[in-house]
Amino acid sequence: MLAYASRRLALLTVTLLAASMLIFLVTSVLPGNVGRIMLGPFAAQDSVDTLNRQLGLDRPVLERYAVWLAAVVQGDWGRSLHFNAPVLPLVIERLGRSLLLAAVTLAILVPSAVAAGIHAARREGGVFDRTVSLLGLSVRALPEFVTGVVLIVVFGIQLGWLPVQALPPEGAGPVEVLRHLLMPALCLVLVLFAYVFRMTRAGVIEALAADWTRTARLKGLPPSVVVLRHVLRNALLPTIAVLGAQIGWLVGGLVVVETLFRYPGIGTLIQFAATAKDLPLLVGCAVAVTAVFALGNLAADLLAASLDPRIRHGSPRG
Amino acid sequence: MSTPVLELDGVTVSYPRPDGFRGAAVRDVSLAVAPGQALGLAGESGCGKSTLAFAALRHLPRGGRLEAGSVRFLGSDLYALSRSELRGLWGRRMAVVYQNPGGALNPTIPVGEQIAEVYRYHLGLDRAAARDAAIGMLERVRMANPGRVADLYPHELSGGMQQRAVIAMALATDPELLVLDEPTTALDTTVQAEILDLFAALRREFRAALLLVGHNLGVLRRVCDTLAVMYAGEIVEQGPTAALLARPRHPYASALLGCVPDAGRGAREGRLASIPGLPPSPGTAGPGCSFVRRCPIARPAFCGAEHPPLYPQGPGRAARCHFAEETPEPGTGAAVAAGGSAPVPAPGAEAPVLHVSGLSFARGPVEILRDIDLRVAAGETLGLVGESGSGKSTLALLVAGLLAPSGGEIRLDGAALAGRSRRRSTLQRRAVQMVFQSPDTALNPRRRVGRILERPARVLAGLGRAAAREKARALLEDVALPEGLIDSFPVQLSGGQRQRIAIARAFVGEPRLVLLDEPTSALDVSVQAAVLNLLRDLQRRSGAAYLFISHDLAVVRYMADRIAVLYQGELVEEGPAERVFAPPHHPYTEALIAAVPRLDGTSAAAGADEGGDAADGEGQARAAGCVFRRRCAAAGPRCAEPPPWRDLGGGHRIRCWVRPGAGDAAGRAS
Repeated sequence: MLAYASRRLALLTVTLLAASMLIFLVTSVLPGNVGRIMLGPFAAQDSVDTLNRQLGLDRPVLERYAVWLAAVVQGDWGRSLHFNAPVLPLVIERLGRSLLLAAVTLAILVPSAVAAGIHAARREGGVFDRTVSLLGLSVRALPEFVTGVVLIVVFGIQLGWLPVQALPPEGAGPVEVLRHLLMPALCLVLVLFAYVFRMTRAGVIEALAADWTRTARLKGLPPSVVVLRHVLRNALLPTIAVLGAQIGWLVGGLVVVETLFRYPGIGTLIQFAATAKDLPLLVGCAVAVTAVFALGNLAADLLAASLDPRIRHGSPRG
Repeated sequence: MSTPVLELDGVTVSYPRPDGFRGAAVRDVSLAVAPGQALGLAGESGCGKSTLAFAALRHLPRGGRLEAGSVRFLGSDLYALSRSELRGLWGRRMAVVYQNPGGALNPTIPVGEQIAEVYRYHLGLDRAAARDAAIGMLERVRMANPGRVADLYPHELSGGMQQRAVIAMALATDPELLVLDEPTTALDTTVQAEILDLFAALRREFRAALLLVGHNLGVLRRVCDTLAVMYAGEIVEQGPTAALLARPRHPYASALLGCVPDAGRGAREGRLASIPGLPPSPGTAGPGCSFVRRCPIARPAFCGAEHPPLYPQGPGRAARCHFAEETPEPGTGAAVAAGGSAPVPAPGAEAPVLHVSGLSFARGPVEILRDIDLRVAAGETLGLVGESGSGKSTLALLVAGLLAPSGGEIRLDGAALAGRSRRRSTLQRRAVQMVFQSPDTALNPRRRVGRILERPARVLAGLGRAAAREKARALLEDVALPEGLIDSFPVQLSGGQRQRIAIARAFVGEPRLVLLDEPTSALDVSVQAAVLNLLRDLQRRSGAAYLFISHDLAVVRYMADRIAVLYQGELVEEGPAERVFAPPHHPYTEALIAAVPRLDGTSAAAGADEGGDAADGEGQARAAGCVFRRRCAAAGPRCAEPPPWRDLGGGHRIRCWVRPGAGDAAGRAS
C-alpha cells in the first residue's frame, strides 16, 4: 500500500506540474499581448508596455514560467488587478466556502445514492429499482437552474422552511450554516444522484452475480454480512472513481448554483475574473481548482487501492 | 444400511424459457448418497447436472423452481426449512467446492480470512481463534507454508493453491455432504492429479459424503464409487463406476465413452466416435426417449412415443433404455462407421513448412520462451503440450506475428517471416492462420456468418463479392455446416458450430500452416470428437501443417504426428507421438502422462511431481541448469548444469541428464 501511495503521489506531482504549464501557457502566452488585454483597446501604448514590463512579459517564456512557478510554490500568487489585493487569500476564502458546500453535498449524496443503489440492485427490476431509476433520470435531465428555482419557490418561499440565500450571516452556528447550505446542496445532489445511484446499482448487480458471492452465501453467512463484507468492497470501486472525478466539478464548476443561491464560492470568482480580465486572479483560481481536482482523484484512487489488493499490487482485475 | 446423507426423490427443476413457458432442466431424478460414499454425476453441458447438484443444496439460480419431488438432507426436508435454518446448514453441514477457484474466492479478502469466516459465523470463534483454525485447516489440505498463505490474496496464489484454499473452506467444519462442482476442470493436468490425490486422502480423514459433478469420465472414475449419467435432465444410467464404464447399458453412455480420446491411442489407430445431432434444449423433449433422435439402436416409432423407465440391469445398475441389452460397446456404434476414414499418410521428410530456430521471447526481465527449435512439415501435425504458463500460446502468437520475438528466426517455406504480422506480405499472412480456444470471443458477435467468412476471402484471397460468397458457401460445406447458417449471427449457433465457423475462417485462404490453440478445450467431448475429426479431414484434403496446442494429452496423442513438450519456456522433449508416449521419456513428460486420469482406472499418482505447485513459474527467478530440476524426483547433482539434447533415434530427442538412465532400453546418448 505504501509503495502504491508513493507511486501515486509522484504521479500527482507530475500531473500538477503539467497542469500548471498548461494554465501558464493558456493565460500568459496564448492571449498574446497581456497588457493590452488588461488595459483595453483605448489605453496608451506606453502604459501597455510598462504593464508588460512590470508583469515581466518581455522575458523568455521558460524563464517567466520558472519565476511564476517558484512564486506560486512560495505562496506569492500575485495581486488581483480588480480587487487590488493579494490573490491567495481571496482564493482561499472562496475555495473554503466551495469545499464546504461540496462536503455537505457529498455527505447527503453518497449515503443516499449508495444505499438506494444497493437496495435497487438486490431487487433488480423491482418497484423500488424502477421508480428510483426513472425519477433519478428525470431529475437528472432538468438543468440545475430549474431544480434550484423550484427548490427556492417551494422550500424558501411557499413553505418558508429554508433561507433562500446560502451565505450564512457572520458568526452563525454550525446548525445555522447547514440550514443555509441545505438547498444548494440538495440542488447539486439532484444533479449527481442518478449518476452515483446507477454506478452503484450496476456495480452491486455485477458483484451479486459473481461466483464468490455465491461462495459467501453457501458458506451460510447472513445476507447483511454477504453484502457489507463481500459485495460492497468490489461493487463500489467504479462508484469511487466516478465520485473522485466529480469533486473537481463540485468545487470549481458551480457558477449557476452559486449565482442562484448568492453563494460567493470559487465558481463565481472564476467567472468574475474572466469577465473582468483579471488574469492573476484567473490564474490563481485555475491553479486552486486544478489542485482540488487532482487531490480528489488521488483520494479516490487511494480509497480504491485500500479496498482492492489487485490495484495495490498492480495486477489485472478479473 | 444407515440413513442416507442426501436423498432426492423425483426431483424436477424448471426454469423460465425465453418463450414465456417453463422448461424442466432436471426431470424426475431420484438418488441417494450414503455417508462416506462418493456419487458422480456425469454428462455434457446443458444436461442438468450442475442444476441438480445445486438443487440438492437448495441453491437454485434466479428463476429456478423445484416443481416436484423432495430433497431430504439427513432425513429432514430441505425445502421445508426456513432461510435461517438453511444458512445454519450451508457451510457447516453441507459445503461446496467450485469449478473455478479463482472466481470462487473473493478477490479483495485474504484467503485465510475467507476460511476464518466459516469458524466465526458457524462456531462463534473470535477473530484470533478463527484465524488459527483457518491456518490449521490449510495445513490439513497439505498447503505449504499455511501461515503465510493465509495472509495472501487469491490473485497471489496459483490455481492449485486457490483450489486447496476453497477445499479448506469447504471442509472447515467437517460437513456431512460435500458437493464438488467440476472441481478440477479449470486446473492443469498435473495439478488436477494432486487435487484428486488430496480428495482420496481427505476421504479417509473426513466423513463427508461426496457428490461430484463432472464431464471428465477419467476424473469421475478416480473419485466415485457410483456414477449417474445424465442426459437432457434425466438420469439415463446409473451403477457402480467401474462396471458402468466397462460396459455401459445405455446407448448415450456408450456413445459418450466412445468420444473420449485415450492417451494410448492416435488417430492412425482409429477414428474417434462422435454423437451426431444436438441434445434437446430444456423442456422441449418429446413424449418418448430423449435420446431417440441421436440413438444408433432406436426404433423411432416406438422409442419416440414410449418414455423408458429406469430398467434394472443387475446389481445396483439401471438404464433408461427399452433395448438396453442391445447397447453397442463404446466406440463401435453406428456413429463411428459413418465417419470411417483411411489412415493418415505419414508426412514425408521434405522441407518443413514452418521452421523455428533459436526463438526467444522476453517480457521485461521475464523470459517466457528460450531458444526454441521446431519444424513442421506439410500435412503434419506437431502437438505442443505443457502446463499453463509454459509459453505454448506465446509461441503460437509469435508464429502468427501477433507478438514480436526478442530473438531467433521463424521461417515459412524457407523464407524468413517478419516479427510483426503487419510487416509480412499478404501472401504470408494468408499462409499462416490461427484458431483460438474460445470461438465465442474470437468471432465478431455483430457480423453474420457470411460476413465473417467473406471478409478474409476478399482481403486475403483477393476475391470479388460474388466469388467470396461462393467461397463462404463452399467452406460451410467443408466444415459440415448447413448452408442456411450463412445469415446467422454467432450467438444463434452452438459452441461446436461456432468453432467450425472459426475453423472455416482459418481455411479461407488455403493456409500452409494453421495454429490451433486449444481449439476444443471449451467444447463437450462429443462435440470435441467431431471437431477433431473435422480437423484431420481438412488437413488430409489441404495438406496444411498444424501446430496443435493443448494441455490435454489424450487429445494431443490423438491428433499429433509428432509432439513437443514445453516446460517453463523451454523444450524438454520432442519426437514422434507414439515414442514420446512410450518410455523412456523426460521426467516432466512422465509426470504429465502419469497425471492423466484414465478410464480403466490405471492412472498412477504423479510420482515425479514432488514440487507441488511449483508450476506457476512466471515472474520467478529461473533456476540455473535444468528448468525442471526443482520439481524432478530423479534430479541429481549434474542437473545444476543445463542438460544437452540427447538423440534417442527415430527423431526422438530429450533434454535431460538422467533419462534415459542405465535401466532404460534405449540408452543411445549422443
